[in-house]
Amino acid sequence: MYRALLLSLSTALLMTAGAASAQETVKLGMVAELSGAGAPAGTNWRDGIKIAVEEINAEGGILQKKIELTEYDTQTDPQVSRALVQKAIDGGAYVILGTIYSGSTLVNMLVAQQNSVPQFVGSEAPNIVEKGNPFVFRTSSGAQKGVPALTPYFKDTLKAKKVAVAWVNNEFGKGGRNVFIEEMKNAGIEVIADVPSEQAQTDYAADVAKLKQANPDAVFVYMNQEESARFLIEGKKQSLAMPLVGEVTLTEAKVIELAGGAAEGAIAHVGVTATATDVPGIGAFSKKFEETFKRKPTHDAIKGYVGAWTTKYVTELVGEFDGEAFSEKMHGLCLKVADHPKILLDTCWDDRGEMSRPSFMVQVKNGAPVVIGTVPAN
Amino acid sequence: MTLNRSLLTKIAIAVLLLAAIVAPIGQGNYITYVLTSWLVFSIAAMGLNLTLGYAGQISLAQASFMAIGAYTTALLTLAGWHWVLAMPLGLILCFGVGLLLGYPALRVKGHLLAFVTLAFNTLVFLVLRNEEWLTGGTFGLVGMPRPDFFIFKTMKQLHFYYFTLGITVFASLAMWGIVRSPWGRAFKALRENPVRAESLGVDTRRITLLAFAIGSAYGGLAGALITPLVQFIEPGSFGLAHSLRILLMVVVGGSGFFFGPFLGAGVVILLPEVLRFTEGYYLIIYSALVIVMLVFVPSGLIGLGGRLREKLWPRQQVRGDLVEGAAQK
Amino acid sequence: MQVLLSGLATGSIYALVAIGFTLVWQAAQTVNFAQGEFVMLPAFFVLAGVSFFGLPLWAALLLGLVASIVVLGILFKKLIVEPILPHGGITLIIATMALGILLKESVKEFYSAEAQPFASLVQSAHVDVLGAVLSLQDLVNLAISLTIVVLLTLFLNRTRTGRCMQATAQNPAVAEILGVNVKRMILYTFIINAALAALASFLITPIYLAKFSNGETLGLIAFIAAIVGGFNQIRGALVGGLLIGVLDNLTAAYVTAEYRAALPLVLLIAIILLRPQGIMGTSEGRTV
Repeated sequence: MYRALLLSLSTALLMTAGAASAQETVKLGMVAELSGAGAPAGTNWRDGIKIAVEEINAEGGILQKKIELTEYDTQTDPQVSRALVQKAIDGGAYVILGTIYSGSTLVNMLVAQQNSVPQFVGSEAPNIVEKGNPFVFRTSSGAQKGVPALTPYFKDTLKAKKVAVAWVNNEFGKGGRNVFIEEMKNAGIEVIADVPSEQAQTDYAADVAKLKQANPDAVFVYMNQEESARFLIEGKKQSLAMPLVGEVTLTEAKVIELAGGAAEGAIAHVGVTATATDVPGIGAFSKKFEETFKRKPTHDAIKGYVGAWTTKYVTELVGEFDGEAFSEKMHGLCLKVADHPKILLDTCWDDRGEMSRPSFMVQVKNGAPVVIGTVPAN
Repeated sequence: MTLNRSLLTKIAIAVLLLAAIVAPIGQGNYITYVLTSWLVFSIAAMGLNLTLGYAGQISLAQASFMAIGAYTTALLTLAGWHWVLAMPLGLILCFGVGLLLGYPALRVKGHLLAFVTLAFNTLVFLVLRNEEWLTGGTFGLVGMPRPDFFIFKTMKQLHFYYFTLGITVFASLAMWGIVRSPWGRAFKALRENPVRAESLGVDTRRITLLAFAIGSAYGGLAGALITPLVQFIEPGSFGLAHSLRILLMVVVGGSGFFFGPFLGAGVVILLPEVLRFTEGYYLIIYSALVIVMLVFVPSGLIGLGGRLREKLWPRQQVRGDLVEGAAQK
Repeated sequence: MQVLLSGLATGSIYALVAIGFTLVWQAAQTVNFAQGEFVMLPAFFVLAGVSFFGLPLWAALLLGLVASIVVLGILFKKLIVEPILPHGGITLIIATMALGILLKESVKEFYSAEAQPFASLVQSAHVDVLGAVLSLQDLVNLAISLTIVVLLTLFLNRTRTGRCMQATAQNPAVAEILGVNVKRMILYTFIINAALAALASFLITPIYLAKFSNGETLGLIAFIAAIVGGFNQIRGALVGGLLIGVLDNLTAAYVTAEYRAALPLVLLIAIILLRPQGIMGTSEGRTV
């Protein structure tokens, strides 16, 4: 108790010291899932941000102030994440970068809102931008944009009449599944099987058997990484023949590594992918990331990178460090690659913080994801 | 000597209370938040301490009782009820469910309550997640208001801390009364020697059942406080892992000691702050320390303190017991 | 049919883990809440053997088995069970919970938080059985669990050591008087438990993928299987495991997938209410 008191006292002292040196630096608070279930996503997010911060500081920082990046680990716990966003703001953070898990973001975005601090999040659950929070901004399109981007693929490319959806029953999976059902209804495609599964489920025999029996023209698979891999393995075992189409996760490098040959042929719509090396900015980023961290970047890394660079671009458009002015500027803003190269792709934010930019269709071929088409921004 | 000791205890409690009042002053919102959650988990652990420490039964459902308390309070306050009215309903619900759950499980000797509560915790999680019309499903419930008491508004973190502190003191006094009552002494007799207690006419099953139900209601109270504190609840925050966490709080602090839960919750909530420099290794260090502690001092940190004190100021243990025994008659 | 057979294959794994539960229960009268982690860990010993020491798979598996027996069998008994048991059963149960966290977090920090692929012992061929597709792995799992149960039952009933172990489990004091080396028998039990856990680990990880959190659900289900089947019977654990495997799959396929995880729990509560000694169990003598 006493020790905690001492500790907090010294933190308070440090904070005052921090305020004094704020002349030279600007603080960004990176709050992410560095441990726990979300660690794979969180560490990529962090490393993407690290590269961006290094680049920005090499160019002189934001408005001539160097970025001071502080890391906070939420342990993938929503309540901890809320406390840490508060801590980051107490510590003088100008912008919050994170979190990625929607369950966490939904909790901690209230804190950033109360303190008028802009926040870039990696979450894709639709309801994040539906809470009327003017300070929250996405770094990738929400599921309610990502999933509809798939509709033309089901309707025109696959010419599907009846489809099935297999989803993981958490806030991520449920959000995507709801949008999908709605979209299919509007497109006049019948959903003949609706198969939920548990998070961390290991046995997909019953799920796949159900799908096989329903025999749809295509299956929409909306699960987290390992679940996707286990599903693909079981699907191969029971020779599930129809196309398996997913959103983002289904063709990620980790899923392909885990599922091995079973991932072959899986298709997914991805907002932004490191495999789209034809885009010059993404190619350069991938190369730098691989050199620095000795592994391939994921889309979370790109999201973090874009979040950090957007902070710089928009602050310089505003001309001062003002959270409220920053948020006002963000709403309805479009950044073009021609003027702001590190945004990677032409990107717009609407008045709710939702973002839109061109995206890709990807298929696993010979054990690697390959871009098979581009989807315009919607 | 007895008078001196009780005076000393009173002074110690007063000092601790004063420390609890002063602690958050001048601190950032974050520290205040951490202190508040320490109080909330102390209440939950205090309830479990009654079940585990006094009645000797493992309950692995404390988190689900927190969930029942939290969701009841959340749904009612969202519907416009005042917290003061919503909270007791949550407590009564927890108490009732505790009775229903404990009654069959305590029929049979052994660790069946542990198994039943284990299953119950996961069942509660599933219901909270699947019944979206009521509980908001995986998306949880958000935006619960914090209670206002005329001019005392708890929207500010510091105000909410004092509000929680008040509730904690109140809950502790109630617990103190329970443990000190003749009925509470039956718990003690039960823990020390169930066979003797039974032969002396103590209805062990009823006592144990009541201990479990009251302990569960304390879990509900903690849940009722979580709702306005975090202003967001989702099924994942009340999983089995959280029940384990509360159980370990009780054990680490010292199960069966009145102040054990406060110490245990303090260690579990504040330790990550102190061990921040170890990054991800914190849980490894913590769980290893728990095992080491169970090997050498199974009575927890308070027990450790007691041992040290005996080493430094040895007392005649036997006589003290005799005196207390005489008073009991 | 597919659902039924797949359920049996999964159930056989639950059974293997559940048997370990029963053994430890009999030997030490305690519930090992780290049992799931005991199954998670051996796979990581193997992965470490392959990636750090560059061993071929068979050698790594051997290393994994030996390491499991040493760590999860001998060390677990000497360092945790033996010193804590005198403090009471509840203390030991809580210690195993802490141990579970310790193992899980250690793997996460020292190996990886991400799931890892795990090489399979058998070829990934598929077999058609009565119109259902089963992988060779499934059949091997089923066969191995059945064999283990038969062998273990034979060992416990037909050999001298086995009978000494049973005597120890039933009444350690009397066994001691009759000249049984009780300590050694208990140690054997823990070693068998560790070996079974390692075996289960090698069999399931190719399907489940190696991940630090694998033990959570597996431990819980095996534990339920043990209680449902009957805590003091090896064949009880087998019946419980298979039953839960099949019921789980049937519920998911035909009743409700959202509540599939609830079924074993409801079964558990029902069994405790109606038949606390389990389906196959015989009621235990009270030990005071």
